[in-house]
Amino acid sequence: MDWGALQTILGGVNKHSTSIGKIWLTVLFIFRIMILVVAAERVWGDEQDDFICNTLQPGCKNVCYDHFFPISHIRLWALQLIFVSTPALLVAMHVAYRRHEKKRQFRKGDQKCEYKDIEEIRKQRFHIEGSLWWTYTSSIFFRLVFEAVFMYAFYFMYDGFRMPRLMKCNAWPCPNTVDCFVSRPTEKTVFTIFMIAVSSICILLNVAELCYLVTKFFLRRSKKAGNPKHHPNHENKEETKQNEMNELISDSCQNTVIGFSS
Amino acid sequence: MSWGFLRDLLSGVNKYSTGIGRIWVAVVFIFRLLVYVAAAENIWKYEHDEFECNIKQPGCENVCFDHFFPVSHIRLWALQLIMVSTPSLLVVFHVAYRENREKHYNQKLYKSPGQIDGGLLCTYLISLILKTGFEIVFLVLFYKLYNGFKVPRLVKCDMRPCPSTVDCYISKPTEKMIFLYFLVATSCLCIVLNLSELSYFIFKYSIKCYLKRYNKKCQ
Repeated sequence: MDWGALQTILGGVNKHSTSIGKIWLTVLFIFRIMILVVAAERVWGDEQDDFICNTLQPGCKNVCYDHFFPISHIRLWALQLIFVSTPALLVAMHVAYRRHEKKRQFRKGDQKCEYKDIEEIRKQRFHIEGSLWWTYTSSIFFRLVFEAVFMYAFYFMYDGFRMPRLMKCNAWPCPNTVDCFVSRPTEKTVFTIFMIAVSSICILLNVAELCYLVTKFFLRRSKKAGNPKHHPNHENKEETKQNEMNELISDSCQNTVIGFSS
Repeated sequence: MSWGFLRDLLSGVNKYSTGIGRIWVAVVFIFRLLVYVAAAENIWKYEHDEFECNIKQPGCENVCFDHFFPVSHIRLWALQLIMVSTPSLLVVFHVAYRENREKHYNQKLYKSPGQIDGGLLCTYLISLILKTGFEIVFLVLFYKLYNGFKVPRLVKCDMRPCPSTVDCYISKPTEKMIFLYFLVATSCLCIVLNLSELSYFIFKYSIKCYLKRYNKKCQ
């Protein structure tokens, strides 16, 4: 069980996403999960071993490390990625539910069902409309919220996105204010800024997708309202008028024929 | 043999679960198993090396560590995940038994071997009760072993061979505490899901029984 399993689950959602959604998923897999696993984990691998304080007092290093890093960057990113990926599961569950309903209809032999076999239902791609639109839009909204919350938590916990070289610590049992040195601060700053930049790109993509979906929804609505063929009352009025005209014509024809015959 | 094996087993259970059961499987995979493997394991990786006591007496650190952590948090977490996932296998075994019976007698004995009714319903309910039971047992065990879910920065130890009461410092206590609370929250969520599923079945089948009796009376 690892990130690969998450990738398999999310890959299934890809089929039913918009183009922007597919780009978001690609960015997530390549620029976030892969970078985390392949590079970032190694950079933070020796973080406590190489965190050195200028004192021999036992326990001072542990306490200072805990004070400055209540939760490690790498763990926060892992949690962020898990939380940000989870809303897509709502869409996966909705699609699975729809497929299940269609399979049930097919098995009952419903004439409304237009599929030839179950394989076709399994491979079918659902369009984002109706209740699926609401599920998809909610999932994007939650993604945005989680991204924003984690970015804020990062900024709040570490006073910005820079990793300092030196931290001054006077937590007990350190005998006085002690200098503590962080390992690989520049490399960590580079990766932090990279991850924040990619988070921001993902936020922009989500906002763009949200705008696209909302615009599409309103356009579709206005098309339905403006299209006369689909307006039932209008249709009935037209039909009744035509019926009346037809009756008038047939009456006048009959009268003429009767007139001729007599 | 690793967590992937458990994942594959549970994917099989997903087929015969209700909607709430599938949400439970998703919560276990993503918020418990994935968080464990991707984040939590590394926090506790060097817990013994980084456990430091304010003394040079050989053996004192070992003895104090053993006294305060009889079973490490992370091992208890792993055991909890395994025990909580295992009752679902009862359902898989029962469905396999049904399918075998149909093959053996070469005729359709059940409407569908995977449909939750009759004996399979009892098995499913038992698995739900066991899952909930294990969750509660492990939460209580965590609470009793570690005096709550807090991880202190400093523990005072006076076990032999430590010459006197010695200060020992635990590594990454805040991070460990955050993940312990996360563990507790997801456990509680799983308990709520299991209880909802149990209530759903009890409610559904009580209504069915009541309607049957009512129809019989009318006839």
